[in-house]
Amino acid sequence: MTDALLDVRDLRLHLDTARGRAEALRGLSFTLQAGETLGLIGESGCGKSITALALMGLLPERARLQGSIVFEGRELTTLEDSAMSALRGHRIAMVFQEPMTALNPLHTIGRQVAEPLRLHLGLDAAAARAEALRLLDRVKLPDAARRLDAYPHELSGGQRQRVVIAMALACRPRLLIADEPTTALDASLRREVLALIGEGVREDGMALLLISHDLELMAENVGRMLVMYGGSVVESGPTDEVFRRLSHPYTRRLFAARPRLGMPRGTRLATIPGRVPELADIPPGCPFSDRCGFVADACRAAPPPAFDVGPGHRARCIRLDAVLAAPLTEGLR
Amino acid sequence: MRHRSFVLGGALVLLMLCAAALSLVWSPYPPAEIDVANKLQPPSVAHWLGTDVLGRDVASQLLVGARNSIVVGVVAVGIGLGLGVLLGCIAAARRGWVEEVLMRVADFGFAFPALLSAIMLTAIYGPGLLTSIGAIGLFNVPVFLRISRAAARGVWSRDFVLAARACGKGPWRITVEHVLPNIAGVLIVQATIQFAVAILAEAALSYLGLGTQPPQPSWGRMLSEAQTLLFQAPRLAVYPGVAIALSVLGLNLMGDGLRDLLDPRLARQR
Repeated sequence: MTDALLDVRDLRLHLDTARGRAEALRGLSFTLQAGETLGLIGESGCGKSITALALMGLLPERARLQGSIVFEGRELTTLEDSAMSALRGHRIAMVFQEPMTALNPLHTIGRQVAEPLRLHLGLDAAAARAEALRLLDRVKLPDAARRLDAYPHELSGGQRQRVVIAMALACRPRLLIADEPTTALDASLRREVLALIGEGVREDGMALLLISHDLELMAENVGRMLVMYGGSVVESGPTDEVFRRLSHPYTRRLFAARPRLGMPRGTRLATIPGRVPELADIPPGCPFSDRCGFVADACRAAPPPAFDVGPGHRARCIRLDAVLAAPLTEGLR
Repeated sequence: MRHRSFVLGGALVLLMLCAAALSLVWSPYPPAEIDVANKLQPPSVAHWLGTDVLGRDVASQLLVGARNSIVVGVVAVGIGLGLGVLLGCIAAARRGWVEEVLMRVADFGFAFPALLSAIMLTAIYGPGLLTSIGAIGLFNVPVFLRISRAAARGVWSRDFVLAARACGKGPWRITVEHVLPNIAGVLIVQATIQFAVAILAEAALSYLGLGTQPPQPSWGRMLSEAQTLLFQAPRLAVYPGVAIALSVLGLNLMGDGLRDLLDPRLARQR
């Protein structure tokens, strides 16, 4: 596994919050091969976005990081900021959730897309502008040539997200991190924007880390997925396998809670009892034990190890046998 | 360029600059020429704005005084803006102990009475225009330090700065390309305010005999000299007062207009 593009080992992250020190990541480990697509799924507050920031080296100052992140054979956690800056936007790029605020309102679109090109590839102004135009065409920004000199406020949300994607793709990064790239967009635009990201990823052979809370998005766009809860991975595996045998009680709940077209009118969406615990309140033992329908005493005693469920498919649950034997809706109230 | 307040403000500022420039080559009378026989004359053809208690021509004094006031305002604000914004941006970018030290120094600057530090500087370097400019400029530094640091911290917490960092930009580049343009509006407005404060501070220092030395005129000094004659000849206070008020108004309007013109989001309202 040493030749993996990205190798995250036992990542632990402490945040100093108003309620004292909280553990936002609890021993997160995963690898990502070049060209692979990996999904990170979970509710708000499970540590998805902070994982992205940790990979980018953009954690807030009050965060303490332990563990290791090896990217292209280099350890990132101990890398100096200047060396990290050289990687950011060049080898690792990121698409943000909120296209309305991710662009500087005072700079033109063309300039912002050209910036990483000038910064990392040393292109001169004219060449960077030409390349920016090509990139904007590539993300299908309508009338791109004229829009080069437009300001962000003159564009719609969907158009801005295209610009943000163009910026991220500019230097052909090896790893693209997309943090809820479609959450702020209309449903009709989601598919298209993800298709754009997918195209870029395929054409340039980059790896994709897609962060979302949307199961359907995962099913359509990534080859492998990690289900996160309470700062650790509770289930991981090839997307098909995970959907074929939803193994962790949390994954099952997440699946049952998704809205579907064609549900009879008036059907209440299934919910997960309780709410996402604050970081400081995550129980010892299995983080999901407080909300789980299969909980046993042993669950609260120690963090469960990962068990193999199928080829490459693992789940951290000591009650797997009971869970897998039960029908999908078992334990729902 | 159809921004109305920018045009009006620009015109007023231009008028002030023209008066200062004109005074370099011509004024109706030498501003320091004393003519006691014609003291406290009302406005006439010979003396457009009348004469003061020593018979000096008020119009000439106003023209020449514009020069000193502009120099004081521009240089003092320049010192404060340059040093204050530089330190404020460093504080916002570096955070940690650098920010802590800089802000405590700024607190100290605020706590120390400006007039006292001006008197101290005068005691060391002797009274005069340069000393008063230095003292006023120094007093401006913490003002700009605080405001630029607060505004810069606001910009640093915005998403597009995170996006810029994700693009691999370092703190220096982000400060120049993202922070400064986004705090320029606040700074311009503050600079016009501080310009007015500087003119008034120069007047106060001159009044204490620490600023512009006689016979050199400045609007501030004219104002403080007129104070003793407020009941006999109130117009002597009105002229420099109006001159200060108009130039400050002009600068404010121009600053507001400049801020709007520099912001592409407001471009359509031009």
